[in-house]
Amino acid sequence: MSNQTEIDTIPITVDFSGGLEMLFSNRRRHAVSLPAIDGAGKPANIAFLIDYLCKNLMKDPRTDLFVLDNHIRPGILVLINDADWELEGEEAYEIQPRDNILFVSTLHGG
Amino acid sequence: MVSTLCAACKTERAYIKRPKNHAKLCKTCFISVFEDEVHHTITSSHLFYPGEKVAIGASGGKDSTVLASVLKTLNERHGYGLDLVLLSIDEGIKGYRDDSLETVKRNAVQYNMPLKVVSYEELYDWTMDQVVETIGKKGNCTYCGVFRRQALDRGAKKLGIKHVVTGHNADDIAETVLMNLLRGDLARLSRSTSIVTGDNRSEVKRSKPLKYSYEKEIVLYAYHKGLDYFSTECIYSPEAFRGGPRSLIKQLERVRPSAILDIVRSGEDMARLIPGDSPSSCACKGQTSAPIAADEDDIGGCGSQGGRTSDKRMAAIEKQLRENEAHEALEIDVAKVKSGSSVGERDKQIDLPLRNGSGLARGAPRQVLGTCVRCGYMSSQAICQACMLLENLNKNRAQIQI
Repeated sequence: MSNQTEIDTIPITVDFSGGLEMLFSNRRRHAVSLPAIDGAGKPANIAFLIDYLCKNLMKDPRTDLFVLDNHIRPGILVLINDADWELEGEEAYEIQPRDNILFVSTLHGG
Repeated sequence: MVSTLCAACKTERAYIKRPKNHAKLCKTCFISVFEDEVHHTITSSHLFYPGEKVAIGASGGKDSTVLASVLKTLNERHGYGLDLVLLSIDEGIKGYRDDSLETVKRNAVQYNMPLKVVSYEELYDWTMDQVVETIGKKGNCTYCGVFRRQALDRGAKKLGIKHVVTGHNADDIAETVLMNLLRGDLARLSRSTSIVTGDNRSEVKRSKPLKYSYEKEIVLYAYHKGLDYFSTECIYSPEAFRGGPRSLIKQLERVRPSAILDIVRSGEDMARLIPGDSPSSCACKGQTSAPIAADEDDIGGCGSQGGRTSDKRMAAIEKQLRENEAHEALEIDVAKVKSGSSVGERDKQIDLPLRNGSGLARGAPRQVLGTCVRCGYMSSQAICQACMLLENLNKNRAQIQI
């Protein structure tokens, strides 16, 4: 991997709903410039995005409401451009420019 | 990654992977399959009759919002002839319920349904804010749950309605099944799996048309249909989903999505083994009428079931123990078969004590459902649970005022 790509970022939008907004400054939509490659030099995927969001976007200390054991908390749905992430390869999906990633919790209210 | 085509229409791109059978569907086919399945649940368990007035217990949350939307759609599509009303409870929680009630008010306009709001304040002279001020946050969900159950029934009565539908989903049922299994409370496990609760002894019956619908699909239905719902956690039971059976259910679903419906079905099958309660199952298994179970303690529905404590749990078990006496013959048969098969195979087998043989079950009178001497609401005790809790609260209020 060249050093040039390390400064490259991918412009995406990340949405939170179903109660997750409260963990992310009470805002539903965030424009994110995601580093194009992860720390290991691999193209940024959903697993990297989740880690990135925890470290950079979440101001709330309760990270366990979003991530459990380094994976998205069971009960939170992930939609990649409206499609269930299970159809897209889940954590391994490689993020493309202008992707919209939605995290929607099924755990709140009722 | 190459996108997959919808397994149903084979033309549109698949956006949903169904947890129950892994079917990959497009948005349109998913919405129609979801609605068809609720329709199947409704018709196969004969949930409604034409012209019936039905109150939808509406909190503004995802489940009741989806329930209202689906019932409106199905009522129009299949000509159920239902008169649908939204019934909301105002527990009196500032910064939570007043906001979610705004959602319900919008839903009433969107779905063109009348809305009735009953408040704890008008019914009990207490808001939940005042309750928490008096007793603290600990245990407040018990008060809220007991009050809510009565409040929904009383609201329905005020409207002259005898049927309240609630948004309990398959995940809720699975959670209750697991919780009652962990507590050893098979009596309540049996009731919790029934699609209809409350019989002709009670004035208002309850049912759960979404009992086979996955929470995941409810959220996706709301999302893809652009439904407007409220999803803030109650300020008095925040993060009730952390730990407990709910987390377990979600982790099981992650590993094997069919687990949720499997637990619901297991619960129904176990319910069949409980004396005195009707089994609950879909009519496609051969059932012809809606199973009905007596239920006066289904107080869940606020997402705090995992943390709820119940003083009446023992009372409920004892009640069931007494009822079991009438079914002793059945249990002895089961015991005989069991001991017969074990002879010679396992000499060391330890016989488990039969619960219906325990001392406390003998000689106790059977409980009869009557009415509370104070408020007149149906109760198996002289004074109903809500009035007992109110007495306690009112004593505390008096002390504070002194």
